[in-house]
Amino acid sequence: MAETAVLSTGSAVAPSHRRRTWVPYALLLPGLLWLVVFFVLPMLTLGSQSLQEGNVDDGYAFTGNVAIYAEALGRYWPQMLRSLLYAGVATLLALLLGYPLAYFIAQKAGRWKNIVLVLVIAPFFTSFLIRTLAWRTILSDDWFVTQWARTLRVTDLLQWVGLTANDSLLSSKFAVIMGLTYNFLPFMILPLYASLERLDPRLLEAAGDLYASPRETFRRVTWPLSLPGVVAGTLLTFIPAAGDFINARLLGNTQTTMIGSVIDSQFLRVLDYPLAAALSFILLIVIVTMVAVYVRKAGTEELL
Amino acid sequence: MGEAGKGDLRLVALTKSFETFTAVHPLDLTIPQGSFFALLGPSGCGKTTTLRMIAGLEEPTGGRILIGDSDITATKAYQRNVNTVFQSYALFPHMTVFENVAFGLRRRGDKDFRAKSHEALELVQLGQVSSKKPTQLSGGMQQRVALARALVNRPDVLLLDEPLGALDLKLRRQMQIELKRIQQEVGLTFIHVTHDQEEAMTMADSIAVMNAGAIEQLGDPATLYEQPRSTFVANFLGQSNLLKATVNLGGTDGVVTVRSHDADLEVSRSHLPDGASEVWLGVRPEKLRLGESGGPNHLRGVVRDVSFTGVATQYIVEMPWGQELTVVQQNDGSARAGLAENVTVSWAAEHGFALDASQAADAGAELVEHG
Repeated sequence: MAETAVLSTGSAVAPSHRRRTWVPYALLLPGLLWLVVFFVLPMLTLGSQSLQEGNVDDGYAFTGNVAIYAEALGRYWPQMLRSLLYAGVATLLALLLGYPLAYFIAQKAGRWKNIVLVLVIAPFFTSFLIRTLAWRTILSDDWFVTQWARTLRVTDLLQWVGLTANDSLLSSKFAVIMGLTYNFLPFMILPLYASLERLDPRLLEAAGDLYASPRETFRRVTWPLSLPGVVAGTLLTFIPAAGDFINARLLGNTQTTMIGSVIDSQFLRVLDYPLAAALSFILLIVIVTMVAVYVRKAGTEELL
Repeated sequence: MGEAGKGDLRLVALTKSFETFTAVHPLDLTIPQGSFFALLGPSGCGKTTTLRMIAGLEEPTGGRILIGDSDITATKAYQRNVNTVFQSYALFPHMTVFENVAFGLRRRGDKDFRAKSHEALELVQLGQVSSKKPTQLSGGMQQRVALARALVNRPDVLLLDEPLGALDLKLRRQMQIELKRIQQEVGLTFIHVTHDQEEAMTMADSIAVMNAGAIEQLGDPATLYEQPRSTFVANFLGQSNLLKATVNLGGTDGVVTVRSHDADLEVSRSHLPDGASEVWLGVRPEKLRLGESGGPNHLRGVVRDVSFTGVATQYIVEMPWGQELTVVQQNDGSARAGLAENVTVSWAAEHGFALDASQAADAGAELVEHG
């Protein structure tokens, strides 16, 4: 019976296989078109823009001015470094906050699982801008958060480590990093959840059975098996956080400007399009390079 | 058994209750060091819960677990010198076969983990795949990796939780023999949990038959099979013909007669529970003979079904009172019967066993899963 089944499918597959070879490509077409129109073309425009010279009134002309890249980097490297640093710290904080939560949802929440997951996604129902503005209220001087922080001397501690300049919480490095962490936390939790959800609890039992303490079990089994989620989560948090221009503007001060804000104001206020385009490209290249090195190091090349 | 040996595993009034039911009733059991012990029972009988309590994966609600003289009841799984071969194998997918096997040794800081792990892999004949990932191996090979991973630690007790359940019949037979060979070679205490009565009888030195959270009977496979003490054991371990009977007074030292459906039948006195008057008289199908050659006990009936299975032929013989007896006769050249033929079924006194008639005749019969 098995043999005849194999034979019949075998003979049926051959001709239809040839006929259908174009189908996968046809299915790819809409996506490819989308990428060409909304990714490749803007990139080419941006690239050519960065090599133009001129001003808004007289128009821009392509001159192949590569020196703009050196100039952009020379002028804005502090903001660039700061962006990477803030994004890095926010990513780390999101990982520390998100991992236990994702583990709880995936392994322990039981029938509460869906409710907690909805709660994680709930902030997305309001706009990013509104939520960040809300943090201005929360961290404002006359609200209880700052009052309590002052009473508990948390403000002193933050000032001492250099995250705030005075005894306010708003308009500080602290507020910017906190805002970034808050805004991108769901992007950390969801991939972590997805990989921890697949973790077979029987493997943890097996590790315990084989003399691994809970700590060793986490180190040798849970963590390595959740690495794909960690890598995906950190990338999804770090990349948008590094280019973010809302948090630094709404929650920070002139000393916390991030590269996203610089690009934003160069494009929309200073109207220096070539410089803004060059900065965008530099940010892109820096992030792609860092991501490539990171993913290689994390040993999860299959993600690339 | 007397005094407990040095490495014997002892369960003392071990209990596990959940909110709504008791999975394991107070259980007392001593498993001698170096034995191959089977916990046999249908699913839900508490055998796996018992195993998990020994492993430390489930906390007992009462009682104690001892290895030799040390009480391990309160210790965590990772502190116990007990290893488990899990039903699902639970191999670490991100590690190679070698790393899986070396896991336990390395956690305990054994410097010699390399040599020992390779040796264990050789023992299960997997030396050549040590650098592969578990997912690249067949089910049978994964099973052997799981075994090596537990064995290599030389635990006081090695627990096997339905380890052959996921394998096909042929591979299972092969692994049964191999497991027994390995157990004899390493001399560790093996506790094997299974619902497969044939598997338990093939491998174990002694078997505890569990039912509804308690041990029905404990003994070596032959005793359990020849002299079951309850209808549950009689039905769960192979097939039984059970005849309702009343014990006659008197009899000789060796033999008692019982009256069943107007026939006087003999049964060894030692196979009769003390003081019983109403009994089930049980006879295994292969102990029955067609014709009168089997012994002094004779019953007459009509053949209703004949199935030829190669080494033997199975007959269903209907008794005048409607009950059907199963007779399995070796195809050794003895006389064969045909359908609807009137036959005599006979057996010897020592081949019968009597069970208290207060139990249901079919207890356990519906739970048998044929592998």
